[in-house]
Amino acid sequence: MVNTHMAQRDWRYYLNRGIIHFILLFAVLFYLLPLIVMVFTSFKTMDDIRAGNLISLPTEWVVDAWVKAWSSACTGVKCEGVEGYFWNSVAIVVPAVLISTAIGALNGYVLTKWRFRGSEIFFGFLLFGCFIPFQVVLLPMAQTLGWLGLANTTAGLVMVHVVYGMAFTTLFFRNFYVNIPDELVKAAHLDGAGFFTIFWRILLPISGPIIVVTIIWQTTQIWNDFLFGVVYGSGETQPITVALNNLVNTSTGVKEYNVHMAAAIIAGLPTLLVYVLAGKYFVRGLTAGSVKG
Amino acid sequence: MDAARPENATSSSPSLMQRLEHFIPKLVVAPTFIAMLVFIYGYILWNAVLSMTNSRFLPSYDFVGFKQYELLMDNDRWGVAVVNLILFGGLFILICLAIGVTLAILLDQKIRQEGAIRTIYLYPMSLSFIVTGTAWKWMLNPGLGLEKLVRDMGFENFEFDWIVDPDMAVYTLVIAAVWQSSGFVMAMFLAGLRGIDSSIIQAAQIDGASIPRIYWRIIVPALRPVFFSAFIILSHIAIKSFDLVMAMTGGGPGYQTDLPATFMYVHSFTRSQIGLGSASAMLMLGGVLALLIPYLYSELRGTKNG
Amino acid sequence: MKFKKLFAPILLSSVAATASVQAGEVEVLHWWTSGGEAKSVAVLKDLLEKQGHSWKDFAVAGGGGESAMTVLKSRAVSGNPPAAAQIKGLDIQEWANLGLLTNLDGVAKKANWDNLLPGVVSNVMKSGGKYVAVPVNVHRVNWLWANPEVFKKAGVEIPTTWDNFFPAADAIQKAGFIPLAHGGQAWQDATLFEAVALGMGGSDFYNKAFVTHDMNTLKSDQMVKVFETFKRLKKYIDKDSAGRDWNIATSMVINGKAAMQVMGDWAKGEFTAAGKKPGVDFMCLAAPGTSGQFTFNIDSFAMFKLNNSDNVKAQNALASTIMGPEFQEVFNLNKGSIPARLGMARDKFDSCAHASMDAFNGSAATGDLVPSMAHGLSTTSYIQGAIYDVVTNFFNDDNLSAKDAVNKLAQAVKAAM
Repeated sequence: MVNTHMAQRDWRYYLNRGIIHFILLFAVLFYLLPLIVMVFTSFKTMDDIRAGNLISLPTEWVVDAWVKAWSSACTGVKCEGVEGYFWNSVAIVVPAVLISTAIGALNGYVLTKWRFRGSEIFFGFLLFGCFIPFQVVLLPMAQTLGWLGLANTTAGLVMVHVVYGMAFTTLFFRNFYVNIPDELVKAAHLDGAGFFTIFWRILLPISGPIIVVTIIWQTTQIWNDFLFGVVYGSGETQPITVALNNLVNTSTGVKEYNVHMAAAIIAGLPTLLVYVLAGKYFVRGLTAGSVKG
Repeated sequence: MDAARPENATSSSPSLMQRLEHFIPKLVVAPTFIAMLVFIYGYILWNAVLSMTNSRFLPSYDFVGFKQYELLMDNDRWGVAVVNLILFGGLFILICLAIGVTLAILLDQKIRQEGAIRTIYLYPMSLSFIVTGTAWKWMLNPGLGLEKLVRDMGFENFEFDWIVDPDMAVYTLVIAAVWQSSGFVMAMFLAGLRGIDSSIIQAAQIDGASIPRIYWRIIVPALRPVFFSAFIILSHIAIKSFDLVMAMTGGGPGYQTDLPATFMYVHSFTRSQIGLGSASAMLMLGGVLALLIPYLYSELRGTKNG
Repeated sequence: MKFKKLFAPILLSSVAATASVQAGEVEVLHWWTSGGEAKSVAVLKDLLEKQGHSWKDFAVAGGGGESAMTVLKSRAVSGNPPAAAQIKGLDIQEWANLGLLTNLDGVAKKANWDNLLPGVVSNVMKSGGKYVAVPVNVHRVNWLWANPEVFKKAGVEIPTTWDNFFPAADAIQKAGFIPLAHGGQAWQDATLFEAVALGMGGSDFYNKAFVTHDMNTLKSDQMVKVFETFKRLKKYIDKDSAGRDWNIATSMVINGKAAMQVMGDWAKGEFTAAGKKPGVDFMCLAAPGTSGQFTFNIDSFAMFKLNNSDNVKAQNALASTIMGPEFQEVFNLNKGSIPARLGMARDKFDSCAHASMDAFNGSAATGDLVPSMAHGLSTTSYIQGAIYDVVTNFFNDDNLSAKDAVNKLAQAVKAAM
């Protein structure tokens, strides 16, 4: 950052600081507004929602909506809340994130430190793959999953997420490893270290920041996925986003907005937590190389 | 490029292990390569084939040449979707970049509580529109949301009814999309700022350059690669925008907020016009290609030099 | 659980019929995930489980089944369709033509479905003369829901034709109410549009336009008039209607903010859930100009071919349970529709349902029983989609003349055919 210590601390300095803080706080409000609306609404009673406005505080804070959303709201014939679906999502996200991150790391390693003829073109084609609209792959993927016997299973969903997450994870690791001096690898190789030893002993220990970035990115993408979850999941493997959609899409009856909002926050909570807890490392990881700056 | 090949270092008398080692890198990327070939390019090819057929309810192989593309060109709704993508995508990318770089620079001024503020800017990226869609719909709804709020505060003539105005609804998509992604762009710029060599800046300061001038002349140009990466990520988000539209406007009023991704989905699945949907997907991919080739070119050339 | 006691004898007999068979499992894809509908499906599940079979729930909500259809297609492509899926109208024929649906004639003959179902209904359920789907209910779409209190305050009568709709609406507007509650979503626009078309053009015009797609009818002056009238309605709808869900619009009628709404009979559930009485707190009338006519919308479950013979038995049990009087009654009481099955006891149904039943029988005799275009009963999903686009765009775009819209309609229908 630019060193301002040399600047004279006159009234202009304080005016500038004031303006900067004002803009930053205004932005904070803008970013927080939807979350405030959701949180307040989830703690209101239905009468309170009808009477008050969008960002008025609940007249009394009640957690009924949260309890109902978690354990007794209807998402179909079952009225057991979103709890079960929450764990379905966990069962999909954990393996899918780990596998796609591992693949991305190895690919990035090969594409920067063990280049071969055509590896650049391969990367280019892979990158283009990031852009494929997922609606395009729905039907052929369904057919493929059917052939593989993975239709409507958690394993099938994990596979789909790994396949379409690989491009991004590879991109992250490649851009990170590209800035690591080749000499490190070469020296180790001369000492007789093999492909995996070099990866394990030299690259992996310094990959912390980019692993954090990749895991955050992949967790967010996969946890928030609705399209694949709804199409390739079935009754007992559906992720939480699908349950949320079932819960919110009332076709008859009173819309229980407080329950809807509570369920929505529950659905968003894990990724929210990941960002809040690991946000610091996220920026650090981006600094460390995924953004070449 | 050769410098990056450790295997060249020991090329004299290859033992079995060493020869094996030669194949290991290729073996490691082989699964990715195969998956890419099948799940990306195989499917694109399959989609290209379908776009030449009369597929309706489910895929069929009754070839009709380029008829679906002709129908697409005559389709008013497709025209609206393409114009919307240009409007939405252009504004979304520009505003995100502007907000991102501004907030990053301001946040880089030794602000107390930087960590907390940064997290608040960043968190929208963690939530999908499946989660926040209803809240957005409320806030933008004139009878429930911001318009009512401001009127209740005493400003009786305040109007903010874009979401129900056919000509303005697409801009509400921009607002929500910017809300979601600009914080992430800010983080990228912040990371970029932290990576700039501070000695250059100090030198400029000693030369007596003013702070705005340093930013404009030295720092922002140094962030060029970040602009580039951010542009690619943002255009990727814009082209794939789907949840956003479905959650907020459902494409309405009328079909005024349709985007190519929603057009493709609706025609392929709801309307049983898989042929037409596939044709629209091919045109979308063509657009992506046109956007991506310059990036790939510079990206790959750049690494060879570095 | 009152119904359990009521229908215990019937239940027992069906248990007896299937008790000896091995228990199977049916996976059921549906989009009834909340409120009365979800409870009604739970009734079906209970009835099936009492026969020893198990129910695997596969609920996908959203957009009146749009998401569910996407899921169903990918399941079919993966070679793994569910046992039963909620499919409607002409889509049933599409699925049957692909050879994916099973033949239910065995069940149908035993229970004599041909005599239990009106011809209009059984036609939709059959493909190539064989039953492939089971009807759950018959909805009447051309209803006008009105709040009599608002009409009293405005000093006007509830309109029965489109001609006297407009003076009444003006008076309501002057009295400070919203004359017409509406949600600006494509299917709601189409629901309103088909009511105008039926009320102004009559059944023959309606059928020619939306069932047989006669080009001369689609391009006729009558159609121009229909579009003009349809557009005039916009003035009587509040400006915030875009994207509004239908039940929010209904609640505007319930709490007296708006005077009326044109919507199918599923809207009744909203009124009764709010504790309102038909004929007292709210009125159900045929949409203007359509009193002897009946626009029908049938919900149904299509049955897919299965390999496992135990599951086939469970599937057959499901089919006969859906057609059984106990389910037909409970479900339709909850949903506001009338049973698809003929000869049901009427005493538990309210006056609106009675009116609907009478109109159904009456219109069947006079040829005024017409399939709903907006709900996919009259035409294929691609032509329906083409009509939706023109209708909703015309309604929202103030620069398009009715004449242009009619030309676009004819063109779009032709392109989609």
